[in-house]
Amino acid sequence: MPLADLIAKSPYPAMTWVFVVLLVILSMYFARVHAHRAILSLSRALYRTLRLGAASTLRAEHRLLLRNREVLLAAGREAKERIIEREFERIDGSVRRDISECPSLNRRLTEEVTRIEEDHQKSTEVPPAPPGWVPAVNAVAEIPSKGDPMVANILEGIHDSLVKAQEQATQDYRKSVQVRHDHLKSMMPHWRNVAQLLGQVDHKVTDLLQRTQIIDRHIDEYENIMRGSDRAERMLSSSSLVQFFIAAFVLAIAAGGAMINFHLIARPMAEMVGGNNLIGAWKIADIAALVIILVEISMGLFLMESLRFTRLFPVIGALADKWRVIMIWVTLGFLTGLASIEAGLAFMREILLQDELLLSASLRGETDAVLGNDFVWITTAAQMGMGFILPFALTFVAIPLETFVHSLRTVMGVTTGFFLRGLAMTLRLFGLGFRYLGEAMVNIYDIVIFLPLWLEDRVKTHLGNGRRPAQGPSFRET
Amino acid sequence: MKRLISAAGLALALAVTGCSEPAPQGRGVYMLMDTSGTYTEELQKAQQIINAILAKLDPGDSFAVARIDTGSFSERDIVARITFDDRPSMTNQQKRKFRDLIDEFVDNVTPASYTDITGGILQAVEYLNEKNPGRKTILIFSDLKEDLKDGYVRDIPLTMDNYNVVALNVTKLRSDNIDPREYMTRLEDWQHRVESGGGTWRVVNDLDRLERILTE
Repeated sequence: MPLADLIAKSPYPAMTWVFVVLLVILSMYFARVHAHRAILSLSRALYRTLRLGAASTLRAEHRLLLRNREVLLAAGREAKERIIEREFERIDGSVRRDISECPSLNRRLTEEVTRIEEDHQKSTEVPPAPPGWVPAVNAVAEIPSKGDPMVANILEGIHDSLVKAQEQATQDYRKSVQVRHDHLKSMMPHWRNVAQLLGQVDHKVTDLLQRTQIIDRHIDEYENIMRGSDRAERMLSSSSLVQFFIAAFVLAIAAGGAMINFHLIARPMAEMVGGNNLIGAWKIADIAALVIILVEISMGLFLMESLRFTRLFPVIGALADKWRVIMIWVTLGFLTGLASIEAGLAFMREILLQDELLLSASLRGETDAVLGNDFVWITTAAQMGMGFILPFALTFVAIPLETFVHSLRTVMGVTTGFFLRGLAMTLRLFGLGFRYLGEAMVNIYDIVIFLPLWLEDRVKTHLGNGRRPAQGPSFRET
Repeated sequence: MKRLISAAGLALALAVTGCSEPAPQGRGVYMLMDTSGTYTEELQKAQQIINAILAKLDPGDSFAVARIDTGSFSERDIVARITFDDRPSMTNQQKRKFRDLIDEFVDNVTPASYTDITGGILQAVEYLNEKNPGRKTILIFSDLKEDLKDGYVRDIPLTMDNYNVVALNVTKLRSDNIDPREYMTRLEDWQHRVESGGGTWRVVNDLDRLERILTE
């Protein structure tokens, strides 16, 4: 029976209540020191436990951060090594190609220069000089005739001869100049060829220089990673997060493609495995369609791995080239076979659909609507095309999948780190809360028994010892 | 020892979950067609209903159509019955054959003298219990006026746990028009019989919404 009921049954309930309250206060007064100790011990235990938990969590977070950093730097180092290796391979290929072209280039340049020299030589030939006797004849022709007609005729004849000789000389000179100009003109394509060849050389050298600059940049970043600098870690972490979201986006698109693929083959699959058999809550036809799609994705992963686009399976990467090529052809063969099956299933889907439409129409009594239309072949062809192409398109899922898996490690690490930090903070907050709650409860305890405490204080003051009444233990003392 | 116990537990769990009796799947539909008296004129509507039901049923479902006549508790009264094949293409062929059978029956039906609805329901329950589908539906295409020949005992409680009973096209008789309470009492009596047997009861007179017969 509760205490309240007992008191209510007493003849003087009010008095009984007062008595009980006084009894409780007195009991609390006499048990004050021990009660304070108990409350403070409990709050201290909770505070210390939670603090310990927070410290452990922080240590775990610290270890996780270190581990994340190691993994991130290792992954970044590996990726950077691959990039630098690839750049060196490119440079190597470029230099080998250019060097192999050097003799040919040299020969072509020499030929062009020789032709230019020949043309130049030809263009520098001296034009034919006017005859040597012309000045003598000219001097005779300028002698005054002094009215003698005979002399005048002779002189006129000389003059005419001279003019003719001059014209002949001018014509010869022009022809000679024309020939020289022709030689100079024929030099132009050779100059152009030389300029073009030198331009090609310049372009290749510039390309090489740009590649070296790229390599320099990658080497700098690689050195940063090797030093384990904070900047490198921040860059890699940020890069990982970006890659994670991009890969997740592409995987979501691929999942959409796989879903379309699934709907394309699930219905006709019922013709092969039955439409009403179940495993659990799933139709076997649906499971079979799903398995086909998953096998296609697996084949795609193996194909990409064999082609060395991805590095998800070290065993495949370590295969000898001969076996790798065999694996490429085998996986490609499987993929083509599965794609052909899907195209066939897509065709069957269309046939089933048409049959169902015809049956529904005939059940509705629409006998004239069962002829169908002339454009059915378009949807049939489109479905077959999708059935054949989608398995090959899903092959490329391997690339974002690899990125997703690699970046997921970093993202999970960062997320777990945040979670642990938040947990440690929460534990510390609760620890502090329990500590102050204990002190508050001690004070509230004293408030409840303030009357005996006040009396004790007055009595001790009256007795004159001047000392303060005994205090309960503080949080620090406990 | 612990490993042994764990392995045994795992095997037991697999045995319980993997080898248990599979739950019944699919639908089972049994349709009773009243062929008594003037109600045979309504059979064209029954044909439409059957076609609509055929369009709704899937591979693996069971469907039977039986007539209600003087003594309906007989396999001979089943006009057509089928359990559809798992393959959709075969199912379509079976549906076509089923429809042809019904068309032939409706064209050549002869009116019965009496109306033994209870016997038809008992036959339907027997058929569907044997098929044991996931969902059991009995469609009664009748005015629900039972008229038994002398000597036929049909005062039998129905056992219809998990059965959905749908009365279709319950037409009003001339006497119902004089006293509508007869019609209401008839419906209430059937509802009471079905629900007391553990089934659910529904009346659908609007045949423009046939597709709702099986979905609701």
